[in-house]
Amino acid sequence: MALTGLDIYKLLPKTNCGDCGSPTCLAFAMKLASKQAELQSCPHASEEATAALGAASQPPIRLVTIGAGDNRVEIGNETVLFRHQETFYHQTALAVRVREDDPEREARLEKIAGLRFTRVGEEIAVDLAALEEESGDPEKFAAFALRAGELSGLPAVLISSSLPCLGAALEKIGKSRPLICPRSPEKIEDFAALAREHSCPLAVDGGSVEKTAELSLRAREAGAEDLVLLAGSGSLKEKLADLTVIRRQALRKQFRPLGYPTIAFTNPDADPEAQALEAAVLIAKYAGVVVTDLIRPEYILPLLTVRQNIYTDPQKPIQVEPKLYPVGTPDRNSPLLVTTNFSLTYFTVEGEIEASRIGAYLLVVDTEGTSVLTAWAADKFNAASISRALNDSGAADLLDHRNLILPGYVAVLSGKVEEESGWTVEVGPREASGIPKFLKTAYRGGTGKDQS
Amino acid sequence: METVIEKWPAAINTVTIGAREDGGGTRSSTVTIGGETTLPFLAFEGAPPHRPALALDILDYSPDDWPETLREPFREALGDPAEWAGLCQEKYRPDLICLRLQSLHPDWGDTDPERAAETVRAVLAATSLPLIICGCDHPEKDNLAFPLCAAAAAGENCLIGFATEENYKTLTAACLADNHAIWAQSPIDINIAKQVNILISEMGFDPKRIVIDPNTGALGYGIEYTYSIMERIRLAALDGDKMLAMPLLGDVGADAWRAKEAKAAEKDFPEWGEENLRGPLWEAATAALLLQAGADLLIFRHPEALRKIRDHLDNLLDIA
Ligand code: B12
Ligand code: SF4
Repeated sequence: MALTGLDIYKLLPKTNCGDCGSPTCLAFAMKLASKQAELQSCPHASEEATAALGAASQPPIRLVTIGAGDNRVEIGNETVLFRHQETFYHQTALAVRVREDDPEREARLEKIAGLRFTRVGEEIAVDLAALEEESGDPEKFAAFALRAGELSGLPAVLISSSLPCLGAALEKIGKSRPLICPRSPEKIEDFAALAREHSCPLAVDGGSVEKTAELSLRAREAGAEDLVLLAGSGSLKEKLADLTVIRRQALRKQFRPLGYPTIAFTNPDADPEAQALEAAVLIAKYAGVVVTDLIRPEYILPLLTVRQNIYTDPQKPIQVEPKLYPVGTPDRNSPLLVTTNFSLTYFTVEGEIEASRIGAYLLVVDTEGTSVLTAWAADKFNAASISRALNDSGAADLLDHRNLILPGYVAVLSGKVEEESGWTVEVGPREASGIPKFLKTAYRGGTGKDQS
Repeated sequence: METVIEKWPAAINTVTIGAREDGGGTRSSTVTIGGETTLPFLAFEGAPPHRPALALDILDYSPDDWPETLREPFREALGDPAEWAGLCQEKYRPDLICLRLQSLHPDWGDTDPERAAETVRAVLAATSLPLIICGCDHPEKDNLAFPLCAAAAAGENCLIGFATEENYKTLTAACLADNHAIWAQSPIDINIAKQVNILISEMGFDPKRIVIDPNTGALGYGIEYTYSIMERIRLAALDGDKMLAMPLLGDVGADAWRAKEAKAAEKDFPEWGEENLRGPLWEAATAALLLQAGADLLIFRHPEALRKIRDHLDNLLDIA
């Protein structure tokens, strides 16, 4: 529970000595409660006070790491229910399930490794391989876990309710910190001991939020610190309810037993599209790990995009540095295109110029990270800002011509840009997808060196 | 452990679209949206009284620029809005039809406002579903067409759009005269969304007959903004802001199919997989997020996207 100023005051020496910089212990307590001060500032605080306050200053949702090394993922440590209140910090880890008895399992693991894409200059990829034990044979499962790591290169989620199977697998791959995921509420202390022994995170599945809270307490007492809570196993309605209740209890009530990130499974019996839509909801609604059976890029790419969008900081659009960028290998006659410094806009346009295989310069105007039309509507993408960017870029020294290409959506700016900059404007297509064709056929300035 | 149940002081308005014979129209069904007293799909706090409604787009011209994936389901009807509407109703079973009078636009054919009204009549005759009518987003042309179209659909209780902060008067007057509901659009801005509703209401129009379109950014192309603006509108409404208590509209299809990932061909992006799976799912995933943010009415382009979301709603509402 969060401590109030008065709760904290009771733990302080009450001498009002002022050494902390506050005039009284009460004033200092108030500052601590509103997180404007730290307890270290009081040199006289007792050990008891330090312990009590230390517990209260932990984040309401624990940060849990799955995996070790470069491809580890961190989940949890979220602070809000709605992203506009701040942002969501640690994006949902996407796990693809591979069943031990699947004859195609090796091919599947290799495919998982290939589920990575570049969007808006960011690498987006599947994070975890969820390995479902089916043989009941510890040796087999351990060998499978080891092989899965080699083939996928990803940290694992070990799904099994067999202690010997999990134990054997952890002997082999425990160092890579897989998430241990027993799918039953039985013997939680034994699983917790295993998690402690290998210092791995542990999922707890009580079957209901109340039971899960009980189990998490027991697991904690048995020495497992990094817990992940399983949300709902029935319909999507139940999962959504569980995820919401857990997040609220943790953030609003600082209810410790639920102060952990969550894991949710899409319904394995549903068709792939239904699983994909379910996963989209789980990503938006607080799941720390989502496990699905999806393997085709048609389903994974939208999900990774959902995650990228939901976890974008709403206060700062992703931006690129405003300057002149060469695309391909431009020469002195290559076309010059103009765009804004919103990452989505920049990378879309850059991608299309690249696809045209015509070397070009792309002038990126500082529009505070807004898109072409948004920036135009906000008067940030106008004759003045474009001309200024053109002058500052040094484009005139690099090019023999004086032609620039404006985005089709801001054709209305042509006249003014010509007036202000002295360059000749050509209006490009509206959508970036039209750029290759435009550069090859319609563009009249320069000569556009073909590199294909 | 005591579950945190949120009790909100206010509820979302309900809006009905369409009129049966007993309501002065000729529709075989009507659609009612809104009425929520909690955040989306939190049944433990109160089940949503109405299922979100799903509409399918039809155009008043043949969209030759649409990708093949999107043209295929309507192939035999493209270019004939009445036939297109009939095909949709029979084959794909949306809750409503959304007629887009895009050819009014100077860049898209510059057709006569009278022709638009005729199209409205023809579509009403060809389908018995409730109708949404959408102008061409060119204020002058829209203002010529709105009164004619509203009159052509008199009695049918359509949803007509869209009204914006700069252009709401003609549409509002037309909807007042012929008793239609208004689709009010704002550019992903909660204050402007509220302002449009205030302006429309100040003309004597019932605010409980307005639907808010906070503007859809597609998955990968702005949905992170739309999502949060919708959430903020819904939170403000449940907290008692009457000028934001309208049901929310997601114009999903029109926006999702602008995304490269939705329409690109497999031969150009083999690593993205088959376009016939990818496109409809891109649209459906956009819709799934908007539903979580509070959308009550979704307008689709691809019938597969609509079907997937219908099933998804069963799953969310736990209807086997
Ligand atoms: C997301 C969004 C926002 C976000 C900002 C996103 C951002 N970082 O820019 C927010 C919510 C903050 C926002 C705010 C506003 N917005 Co806004 N917004 C959008 C939305 C939904 C998507 C924009 C987007 O991300 N597009 C994707 C990018 C990639 O597109 P793009 O930059 O245009 O690039 C494409 C093309 O232009 C082309 N291209 C780009 N560069 C080049 C270069 C060349 C040479 C060529 C050939 C082509 C080319 O390629 C790209 C892909 O095809 C659009 C509506 C829509 N669906 O398009 C409205 C929209 C752009 N916004 C609009 C408005 C009015 C505003 C506001 C002024 C409203 C307000 N008063 O609050 C504010 C201004 C904010 C400010 N003061 O800075 C209007 C603009 C109207 C108009 N036509 O004038 C739009 C069109 C919505 C509408 N229909 O009313 N917006
Ligand atoms: S330093 Fe400690 S004891 Fe002294 S006033 Fe501050 S809180 Fe009280």
